[in-house]
Amino acid sequence: MRRLLRVLGVTGLVLMAFPLMVEPAAADSAVNTAGTSFLTAAPIDTAKPVSVAASTGDYLYWSFDATAGQTNTVSVAVTLPPQADRHGAQVWAVDVFDGLRRRQSCTAGAQAPVAAPADATVRMECTLREVRSWAEPWSGDPLPGLYYVRVSASELPEQDQGLPVKVDLKLASTDSGDPAPEGGDLRAPLAPPDRPGAVQSPAPNPTASPAPDEDDDLVSFDWWPGATSRWTWTVVGAVLAAVAGVLGYTLARRRRL
Amino acid sequence: MILRRYRAVVLIGLSAFLLPWCAGPASAREPEPTEAPKVELVLDVSGSMKAADLDGRTRISVAQQAFNDVVDALPEQTELGIRVLGATYSGSDKATGCKDTQQLLPVGRVDRGRAKDAIAGLKPTGFTPVGLALRGAAQDLGTGNTTRRIVLITDGEDTCAPPDPCQVARELAAQGTHLVVDTLGLSPDDKVRQQLTCIANATGGSYFAARNGAQLTERIKQLVKRAGDTYTKAPTQVAGTDRCETAPTLSQGVYNDREKFSEHRYYKVPVPAGQELRASVSVTLDRPVRKDFGVLVRATTADGRELVRGTDAGSGRTDVLSAGVRWSTESDDDKPTSVCLVVSNSLAPQAGVDEATGMPVELVVGTADLSPTPASPGLGRGLLFILLLTLVGFGTGLVAGWLFRWRLSLRRVA
Repeated sequence: MRRLLRVLGVTGLVLMAFPLMVEPAAADSAVNTAGTSFLTAAPIDTAKPVSVAASTGDYLYWSFDATAGQTNTVSVAVTLPPQADRHGAQVWAVDVFDGLRRRQSCTAGAQAPVAAPADATVRMECTLREVRSWAEPWSGDPLPGLYYVRVSASELPEQDQGLPVKVDLKLASTDSGDPAPEGGDLRAPLAPPDRPGAVQSPAPNPTASPAPDEDDDLVSFDWWPGATSRWTWTVVGAVLAAVAGVLGYTLARRRRL
Repeated sequence: MILRRYRAVVLIGLSAFLLPWCAGPASAREPEPTEAPKVELVLDVSGSMKAADLDGRTRISVAQQAFNDVVDALPEQTELGIRVLGATYSGSDKATGCKDTQQLLPVGRVDRGRAKDAIAGLKPTGFTPVGLALRGAAQDLGTGNTTRRIVLITDGEDTCAPPDPCQVARELAAQGTHLVVDTLGLSPDDKVRQQLTCIANATGGSYFAARNGAQLTERIKQLVKRAGDTYTKAPTQVAGTDRCETAPTLSQGVYNDREKFSEHRYYKVPVPAGQELRASVSVTLDRPVRKDFGVLVRATTADGRELVRGTDAGSGRTDVLSAGVRWSTESDDDKPTSVCLVVSNSLAPQAGVDEATGMPVELVVGTADLSPTPASPGLGRGLLFILLLTLVGFGTGLVAGWLFRWRLSLRRVA
C-alpha cells in the first residue's frame, strides 16, 4: 500500500513538473551560484538552468536529487576566455558523484572534451545510468538520493589559470515509469549528513544502540512483492493464458464433432 | 460520522506517507547557521598599485571602486572586515615596511559611509607583507563554527618572505579553523599567479586574474555572496590513529583530519543491528603531486577482515579524490558491529613539496535503515513470460479438449 501511494505520488509530481520542463525557463529563474566543494554544492533541478561566471581554475559543484527509475543527463557549455589570453589546449570535464561521493560512469556524452586553442566554447555532456531502487551494498549501482556534479578544467596550461569563463549547465531527466522492476527498495535515500559529527568516548555504551524495528517481530511480509509492474504482467499473462486455454479447448473438442 | 472519521484517518495516513517523501534529502541538508557569514577583504596598497594598466586607470582606483560597489551590494547578514597591507610606511627600511599591515575596518555589520571614507583615504605606499597580512586577517576573523573567507587582492608578489605566504596559508588551513582564502591578482605576472594559486589551493579557495574593474567587482561580489550562500558549520576535527584498537569512535556527521603521503588512518564506527553504514572520504590535493594518484577507503572488522572497499584514482588536475562505501549485514545478531574505516592514499609528492603536514581529509559518516535483499519476487515480467503463459494455457486447453473428446468417444463405444 505504501509503495502504491508512493508510486501515485511520483506520478503526480512528474505530471505537475511536466509543464515546467517543456516551458523555456525564464532568465530570472536561472541558478547563478555554484559551490566549491561537496559540502557547499549548490542545489539545482531540471526546471532551472544554471549560468555562472567563474574562473578557469575553479572547481564548481552542484547537487541534485534523483529518484528510482530516473535517467539523468547533465549538459554543460563553457564559454572560454579570449583566445589571446590562452596558451594551449584545455581539457574540461564534468564528473558526477553519488551521495556517497562515488564516481558515476556516463553511458553517453562527451565527458572530457579537449578545447583547442581556437575554440570559443566547449560542450560537455554526461548521461548517467538509470537510478536503481535497490543495490547490493558493495555494488556501485546508482541509487536514489543526492548526486553531485563537478565541472572543472582537468588539464590546463599553468599560465591560463584565473581567466574568466562562463559556465551554463542544464539538467534533464527522463523517467522510465517503472521505479522498481527488480523489487527491493532503499529504505533511506543517499542523503549525506552535513552537520559536524561528535567523537564518542573510547568505550561506547553497549546499551546506546537503538532497538531494532518492532514491525519485524510480527509476521514478516518480505515475500510480498509490493506495487511493481510485475503484477500487471502476471495478470495480463494469466488472462491471456485463460483465453488461450479456452481457445485450445474449443478447437480440440469441436473438431470432427 | 464514521465517514468523517475515516476521512481524517485517510488524510493523516496520506500525509504521513507523503510528508517524509516530499521532505526528501534536500531539507535534511539545510544548514542551521548559528553565526553570520564572515568575510575579510585584504587589499594590497603597496607602491606598485600606482601602475595605471587596467583600462588606463590605476590599480588602486579600480580596487577602490570595486570595494565601494561591494560595500553597496553587501548582503544584509554578512559581516565584513577590511585589512590593508603596505598602506602607511613609505620609507625604504624592509624590516619596518614588512610589518606594515593594519585592520581598516573591524569584522562586523558594515557602516557603509564609514567604510567608504576609509577606502577613499588609501594611498599606495609601501611593501607587500602578504604572509603577515594573512595571519592578521585570520586573527581578525576569529575562531568559530562556520567557514570564514578571506579575499586577498594584490598586484605583486610577496617581498617580505619569511613568512612565505603559501606556507602561512597551509598553516592556517592546518589549524582547523576552517578558513578559505580566495585570491585576486591584478597583474599578469607569472610569479604573482604562482603564489596566489598556491595560497588558494592550500586553503580550498580560488584564484582569479582580473583584467579590468568590472571583472574585479563582479568577482568580489560573487565571493562575498558565496560566503553567504555556502558557509556551513565547520566539520569536527578528529585525529585518526594507525591501528583499529586505538581509533576514535565516530557518530553520524562530518569530520576533518589530515593525512600524510602513504599514511593509513583508522576510525571506528559502531553500526547498530538493522542499520547500514555509509561513509565517504575526500582527500584534498592541496599541493603539487605526481601524475597518477589514488585514494582508498576500506571497511574492516576489528580483526582485519575486509568488508567492503571504495576507491578512486585519477591523473589530471583535481581538487579532491573521493571514495565511498556502504555496508550492512542481515544477521540476526542484535549487537552493534564495530566497523573500522581505513583511509589510505597512493599520492606521491613532487620534488620540493612539503611532506611534513598532512593533506586535508574530509570524512562523512552516517548510518541509515538497512535495505534488505529483495526476496525473489514471486511474479513474472516481460513479453516472453506472457508468451509462455499463453502457450502453456493453449496447450493445456488442447489437451483438455482432446481428453473430453476421447471420453466422449469411449462413452459412445460403450
